[in-house]
Amino acid sequence: MTNPTLRLSHLLALEAEAVHIMREVVAETENPALLFSGGKDSVVLLHLAKLAFWPARVPFPVVHIDTGHNFPEVLTFRDEYVATVGVRLIVGSVPEAIAAGTVREAPGVESRNSAQTPVLLETVQKHRFDALFGGARRDEEKARAKERVFSVRDEFGQWDPKNQRPELWDLYNGQLQPGGHLRVFPLSNWTETDVWQYIADRDIALPPLYYAHERTVFERDGMLFADNEFLTRRAGEQTRTEKVRFRTVGDMTCTGAVRSTASSNADVLAEIAASRLTERGATRADDRANETAMEDRKREGYF
Amino acid sequence: MDILRLATAGSVDDGKSTLIGRLLYDTHAAQQDQIEAVGRASRRMGGEDLNLALLTDGLKAEREQGITIDVAYRYFATARRKFIIADTPGHVQYTRNMVTGASTAELAVVLVDARHGMTEQSRRHALICSLLGVPHLVLAVNKMDLVDYDQAAFQRIDEEFTRFSARLRIPDLSVIPISALQGDNVVRRTTRMPWYEGSSLLHHLEQVHVAADQNLIDLRFPVQYVIRPYRDEYHDYRGYAGKIAAGVLRVGDEVIALPSGMTSTVTAIDTPAGEAAEAFAGMSVTVRLADDIDLSRGDVLTRLNNQPRTTQDVDAMLCWMSREELRPGMRVLVKHTTRTVPAVVKQVRYRMDVNTLHRTEADALGFNEIGRVRLRTTQPIMCDDYQRSRATGGFILIEPATKLTLAGGMIRLD
Repeated sequence: MTNPTLRLSHLLALEAEAVHIMREVVAETENPALLFSGGKDSVVLLHLAKLAFWPARVPFPVVHIDTGHNFPEVLTFRDEYVATVGVRLIVGSVPEAIAAGTVREAPGVESRNSAQTPVLLETVQKHRFDALFGGARRDEEKARAKERVFSVRDEFGQWDPKNQRPELWDLYNGQLQPGGHLRVFPLSNWTETDVWQYIADRDIALPPLYYAHERTVFERDGMLFADNEFLTRRAGEQTRTEKVRFRTVGDMTCTGAVRSTASSNADVLAEIAASRLTERGATRADDRANETAMEDRKREGYF
Repeated sequence: MDILRLATAGSVDDGKSTLIGRLLYDTHAAQQDQIEAVGRASRRMGGEDLNLALLTDGLKAEREQGITIDVAYRYFATARRKFIIADTPGHVQYTRNMVTGASTAELAVVLVDARHGMTEQSRRHALICSLLGVPHLVLAVNKMDLVDYDQAAFQRIDEEFTRFSARLRIPDLSVIPISALQGDNVVRRTTRMPWYEGSSLLHHLEQVHVAADQNLIDLRFPVQYVIRPYRDEYHDYRGYAGKIAAGVLRVGDEVIALPSGMTSTVTAIDTPAGEAAEAFAGMSVTVRLADDIDLSRGDVLTRLNNQPRTTQDVDAMLCWMSREELRPGMRVLVKHTTRTVPAVVKQVRYRMDVNTLHRTEADALGFNEIGRVRLRTTQPIMCDDYQRSRATGGFILIEPATKLTLAGGMIRLD
């Protein structure tokens, strides 16, 4: 590898930063884990973890908070990918927590978005994790734009945006008070375009629903939802078959699809470049509750 | 395509949020749904126009109070570069946030209002950039539309600032007349100021030469983590993982480990893309050596004939970021590269008036104050002068009990 200018390209610089962050966490904490949903950002995150510790194995397990409302093809992908990498998968189950009575579903609300937070915190406590890697990016959402790479959570898992530690240079403060834990975001400085460029460049496999496919959908609040058993159609909501893809992957109840013919990484990159909507704005019902929906959920311990 | 990390400093009154809003908007980094959300919020707050400041103020408290509290990171890209903006609030009570933003910046944009010229605030911003070793500074003289695009008004500010900045360490200064509101000289050159022959702000950001700013001379490789695979096929593998802080490392190089003083030869460099013959500052790599030597996290690999200073006495400029005052005798943790060691504050030498650059005698540093201090560490650290090597000259202080980050420090070697 010769580089006459000795300056890293943007993807190599982002990769080097993420690898540095992951190694720093493993060096400074006792019991880290990686939040893995099978979504593209968490796939890139696990890919980076492999690189950071090669030829040793990834030195931490992955955690998935399963709402029971996941796309089946994402769960299949999750299990296959985790097996390929050779890491342990820990599943925190929302349906089990509901059955056990530790979490209650709000009556009449189809989304289990809010039920994820207590199950995540329970999982953290049960396994005594002191650091959780997440794939969140600062370009995703305005509250996330203000979050640190090393984000400290108290014993209740709460984020206090007005009381964040200053974060200078690449000197991350990984020290914790008893009972607290860290959320660490190695992809903080990546944009949606960077993630896709990296996926294309490194030929990283993703769940098939990130690429255009035929699907039975119906329209609600200006978004296309996959027709599925967890969403009850309301009066006037007609299903039809469309060629779509998903820009983000969350629950089937809150993730919208976009009309698309993008079947390759290059197509997806071209589509993003032409899009005039952000990925969450285009596809996430959970952010639409109000102006500060993400900040409110993050304060309570959300991803 | 490379990345340019920049910091912006100035207050809402200077038009900073409007400037960033315009950069994001004109480079299509702000999307329709964000613009619509800003439009809804602007109307709710009683405004008629799109309040582009709302694009950058993300927290509930900021929107309620109409102020920027914290550093926000913004992203946009052109065909030539990807840009990461650390958008920092301007007022004196947020000095620590500006220090944070400037710590990683290769360039800073300081805004002044063409009607008011240099203020205490713009002087403070320039000083912080100089202390934090930001190599490129752009003084954006904003609101030129409100002074009828007058050349004389611009020149007065240009001359005053250039005179002031001669007392600081600012290797590269550009002064650009703009109107963020009207878009003059932000993304495209304007025709309204034919007397200005320089480039637009965005053009300058795309073209500014930053490759020479990195320290590629003094090899410093702080070991972050030791990789031992415990797998049959890599039974004897022992790799020292870390990010190269400065310099260039090649296979075959003779290196010395500090503080042990043992020497060895680099046999391989593993990068995320596979084995490489050389690696340079900023790369995260894993280094293999010919000999099993005493080397672990917190140690440094360097060259025999070019070593950092190994010392327990640290002389540094400190930006104090805690509500509790810094006083001599205080016990802290120093995190410097990958090494964290306990230390005692020995002396506060002086406090710097961030507005006038004057030094005043002091025996304590308060919240957001900057001063010169001496620390004594319980273990040696291997460091360089901050202005020579940011990555091995900077450190943070951590409170041992609360674990809060107390300060950022820039080491001075005589």
